[in-house]
Amino acid sequence: MKNILGREIPEYIQGYGVVKPFKGAFESLGEVQKKSIKLKSAIPKQQKVLGSIKEVLEKCDIKDGMTISFHHHLRNGDYVLNMVLEEISKKNIKDIRVAASSIFPIHEPLVGYMKTGMVTGICANYISGPVADAISRGELKNPAIMHTHGGRARAIEAGDVKIDIAFIAAPTCDTYGNINGVDGKSACGSLGYVVPDALYAEKTVAITDNLVSYPACPIEISQEYIDYVVKVESIGDAKGIVSGTTKITKDPVGLKIAKMTSKVIEVSGLLKDGFSFQTGAGGTSLAVAAYVKELMQKNEIKGSFASGGITGYMVEMFEEGLFDALFDVQCFDLKAVESYRDNKRHQGMSASMYGNPHNKGAVVNNLDVMILGATEIDVDFNVNVTTGSSGVIMGGSGGHSDTAAGAKLAIVVTQLIKGRLPIVVDRVTTVTTPGETIDVLVTERGIAVNPSRQDLIKRLEGTNLPIMPIEDLKRIAEDMTGVPERIELGDEVVAVVEYRDGTVIDVVRKIGD
Amino acid sequence: MDRPRRTMLFIPGNNPNMLQNAGILGADSIILDIEDAVSITEKDAARILVKSAINNLDFYGTEIVVRINPLSSAFGVKDIEEIATVQPAALMIAKATEEDVRTACEMLAKIEDEKGFELGRIKLFPLIETAYGLENVYSIIKSSDRVVGVLLGAEDLTADLEVKRTAEGKEIFYARCKIAAACKACRVDAIDTPFADMNNCEGFIKDIQTAKSLGMTGKAAINPRQIDTIHDIFAPSEEEIKYAQSVIKAMEEAKEQGKGVFSLNGKMVDAPIIARAQNVVKKAKLAGLL
Repeated sequence: MKNILGREIPEYIQGYGVVKPFKGAFESLGEVQKKSIKLKSAIPKQQKVLGSIKEVLEKCDIKDGMTISFHHHLRNGDYVLNMVLEEISKKNIKDIRVAASSIFPIHEPLVGYMKTGMVTGICANYISGPVADAISRGELKNPAIMHTHGGRARAIEAGDVKIDIAFIAAPTCDTYGNINGVDGKSACGSLGYVVPDALYAEKTVAITDNLVSYPACPIEISQEYIDYVVKVESIGDAKGIVSGTTKITKDPVGLKIAKMTSKVIEVSGLLKDGFSFQTGAGGTSLAVAAYVKELMQKNEIKGSFASGGITGYMVEMFEEGLFDALFDVQCFDLKAVESYRDNKRHQGMSASMYGNPHNKGAVVNNLDVMILGATEIDVDFNVNVTTGSSGVIMGGSGGHSDTAAGAKLAIVVTQLIKGRLPIVVDRVTTVTTPGETIDVLVTERGIAVNPSRQDLIKRLEGTNLPIMPIEDLKRIAEDMTGVPERIELGDEVVAVVEYRDGTVIDVVRKIGD
Repeated sequence: MDRPRRTMLFIPGNNPNMLQNAGILGADSIILDIEDAVSITEKDAARILVKSAINNLDFYGTEIVVRINPLSSAFGVKDIEEIATVQPAALMIAKATEEDVRTACEMLAKIEDEKGFELGRIKLFPLIETAYGLENVYSIIKSSDRVVGVLLGAEDLTADLEVKRTAEGKEIFYARCKIAAACKACRVDAIDTPFADMNNCEGFIKDIQTAKSLGMTGKAAINPRQIDTIHDIFAPSEEEIKYAQSVIKAMEEAKEQGKGVFSLNGKMVDAPIIARAQNVVKKAKLAGLL
């Protein structure tokens, strides 16, 4: 069958189940049902601290076919996922599904467990590195499920992803399971992505390298959700957990894109008191923030909030009074971690509060402007950030689809040509984010506005910005690069791309040898 | 002064990626450099690349100037022979003398004739970077009608003068004055030397302001990030824009009334004043002030 975007998707996928096709970004909103969970209440004087991960696995009664979850706040410095899987592998357990919020190159050992059949399923919001390559080659028994950040929270809350044991890497944890991310040698800041796991898993385990006496304040994940605590030597490598600084690009093309983007934002009419904003940690995104900052200072505009993964640059804007608050699901650098610890109005948020479409209002719904990236964008404004043009998985939505849907103005910024390839194409290799939620594409050679935004097109007409149809941008790129031949992919589905509401927006098929 | 040249951005002629994006960076002119930016072993490759870029890339209306090697070197003549065939807007002649300009002019005339190009279309930009060139700048400009501007090359000039190059630029005060005066006398552009220290923002701004105050009409850039600052400072003042607009308005009224000659505020307005007014308005539009 074809979904509403014309993507060919099986009605039933082996190892995934019956497919609910994507019907539109806002078609599934309305009444929903959340999962109720069973829990085993703690008895007074009961000890939660156990001696080892091995003991934890025994206490949790790990079995074949279970789903275990992890969060990605330690990013490419995370040791916990590998440590837990290594212990599981010693128990001859099979058919485990790993529900990690994201998977990075450091998680390469997963590939080996996929080959032995210990790990047969993976769901994540973002997958890069060797695990992504192995999935793309069809080495995972069941198709991987690619969520969005908000979609993962929704899936857990709805019971679509039932977590048997959640393993929470805890930078600081006390003996009764209170956790925070701001203290300890592995401090990573906000723990927003782990909140749904803690609230909805059958069993929840805190793994920490900074076990402190009770109580560990401030408390981000509270004792009421934690079954066991275990201390290990180290939960992660600080170098991979946070970057020292995130920097504005010096690339002139990136700066040009950023400047034009700031002009679009200015002309949109949204840049006024109460303005809210989100951008990523990439150099061009930060350059947009720098230009927006100049405009806010020049026009004495005070914003309401900035959100998302928070960088030191956003902290600077906040500390200069340009925003009233920060909503932080994940700290991107050390400055953000410090600010999250020290500033009361640097507010942590859960993945659900951030982007879940099926709650009583996500933060993304209040965003004025969101700056997004793209690996490919097609003439219908559909964006791919899941696969490269070779069909190999190299990322995933993360918060892309969530923020695009919520923001009043979703702007994709990208160079028109990357490597030798045009970014604007007829049909993207994989749809991550539907075009109906993308408003503007800004490239160094021109700006395309989604025809559905006639109001914005009118506002931009009076400027000297190079506004043109997206088809013209495609032609300009192809004049320089030629039209690349599409690669041939197999029929086998290796990953299912779920939109934030749980419908299937696209599938990733197996790459050739 | 047929077009505004507030900025002339140097782009190495042997860097395909930079060539590809040269036209979108916002400079009024770009100088595709096959002289200092290119090592001796890569001169031929750079020539081919620059020719190909001019033939195939869209520079979105940015003026294309190619800096060729000195005609006294082993490469200069070959540079003209090759590059002229793709008709850049201008050639910039390193370490220019009167003889170099005349030689280049004769070669260009021959190539234009052979190829059936419009005669005189390819302009010249002498690069003044020797003591000789500086002392003879007026006669260098006067050596050919093709000369549309002069670029001051302070690094080589100060080396030739055996003086230290500084951020303050006292050592090039005379050069700037002399070049600005010669260019004004000949009604061609006087483009100031680039400022090399990307980390000295304050020094950079002062340097541009000094150059402008001495009569330089634009400045070369060695990094695209310098363009906006140069444009901001070389943008016409509000007063200049108002005057220019009044000149153009008076000219249009005179035209309607069939008058060939007219006056404004009691002063006769002639063609150079109109051209300057048009140029000011054009610069103001480019700077987003109109």
